[in-house]
Amino acid sequence: MAVRKGSTLVLETTPRVISYGAVGSKKESEGPLAAGFDQLFPDSTLGEETWEKAECRLQKEAIRIAMEKGKVEPEQLHCLFAGDLLNQCTSSIYGLREVGAPFVGLYGACSTMAESLVMASLFLEGGFGEKAAAITSSHFCSAERQFRFPLEYGGQRTPTSQWTVTGSGAVILGKEIRGVKVCGVTIGRIRDMGVTDANNMGAAMAPAAADTLERFFGDTGRKPAEFDLIATGDLGKVGSDLLLEVLEKDGWSLSGRHNDCGLMIYDRERQQVEAGGSGCGCSASVLCAHILPALERGELKNVLFVATGALMSTTVVQQGESIPGIAHLVWLAADPA
Amino acid sequence: MSLTPKDYDRMTKEASPGTKSWRNIPLAFLIGGLICTLGQGLTQWYLSMGMAKDEAAAWTSVTLVGLSALLTGLRVYDNIAKFGGAGTLVPITGFANAVVSPAIEFKSEGLVLGLGAKMFIIAGPVIVYGITAAAVYGLILFVMGGY
Repeated sequence: MAVRKGSTLVLETTPRVISYGAVGSKKESEGPLAAGFDQLFPDSTLGEETWEKAECRLQKEAIRIAMEKGKVEPEQLHCLFAGDLLNQCTSSIYGLREVGAPFVGLYGACSTMAESLVMASLFLEGGFGEKAAAITSSHFCSAERQFRFPLEYGGQRTPTSQWTVTGSGAVILGKEIRGVKVCGVTIGRIRDMGVTDANNMGAAMAPAAADTLERFFGDTGRKPAEFDLIATGDLGKVGSDLLLEVLEKDGWSLSGRHNDCGLMIYDRERQQVEAGGSGCGCSASVLCAHILPALERGELKNVLFVATGALMSTTVVQQGESIPGIAHLVWLAADPA
Repeated sequence: MSLTPKDYDRMTKEASPGTKSWRNIPLAFLIGGLICTLGQGLTQWYLSMGMAKDEAAAWTSVTLVGLSALLTGLRVYDNIAKFGGAGTLVPITGFANAVVSPAIEFKSEGLVLGLGAKMFIIAGPVIVYGITAAAVYGLILFVMGGY
């Protein structure tokens, strides 16, 4: 069973990554991580009639690829933990309804991939199953129509805004003896520093990321320098700067180990994505297209994956409420470490 | 974490880049000015065809709205707007774009509850407060004996 250290759970059985799949679309294919994706759709409609259907398809393809690569049959998956940005977890439910495995829908905004991984890891650690999957997605067009403006509406994006990634990532974990290990998890706390600007999500999420990282380091006695990569996602440029500043005030330096999934997936200047990428599909696809492959190849040994979410309701933000943030941490290590 | 919301607000303001006004304002002037020049050109053209001034003005508006709707449908208008900012928003073409873009977007939810219901989701407030302002102005004019 997991050992609790403060609010961090150090896993004893260390669930392993059996396989994973990353899918994206055109903009992701033009970004620096394109080569790591399993599938890149040149048309963001994916040949579907609606944007919601297109996003469902992203999840469907991501889990299909992960299952094929890991030679995992649907009946072997003892639980799917999945989520997305759309109301009622639309893309997860409709995208995964044909898989036929037990399903838990999660909402953690852009933090959902870490949240799903936390749940899947604890599910296995607790001995409740042999294999479990974590899947999330986002689609620029379905997110825009739910949270912002119609696609063809003419307007300028503010420099602090982020670009929702059209992509999905699926990870299958199992009680194997080989593969990338999940060593521990820290479940995020809701942090709200009173940010009300829905176009500045990075600022809303940075305090939550700082809180989770500080708790992890405090709980485990580990130092940032022990990790090759501390990947937050998706704070973007503004949120990343703020995270480093908040941590520095509290006496923590990430000593050059920090990067952000929202900054890794796109070339900010060239691809005109303002402060960077965002969405459940951002950290999920960066994890599956870049971080996990690098851990498997041994280029990375020890990684903290800290997906951050702005838990925003468009309704209450219009009523004047601020935007709470959250960040869940998953500690991943290469095999052999 | 020892941070107060007030401290964080200050940090956020410092960390967040502002809009590039030095670029956006001249571009808005240029693009907005070009749209207005096009409108003036159209008016002159309609006048030269023997239309009355009122009629020419109405046809100018209709042409600009039609052109904007067409460019929105062809997925071009938002690209001009990305460049021209307020220059494409303020003229009548911006209003047409604000009506046509949700109509295209929400067509997937059907002609009634999608296209019909959501068509004025952006332009609605402009119509509501535009008409209200006109009514208030009319009332003031009436009270002050303008009529």
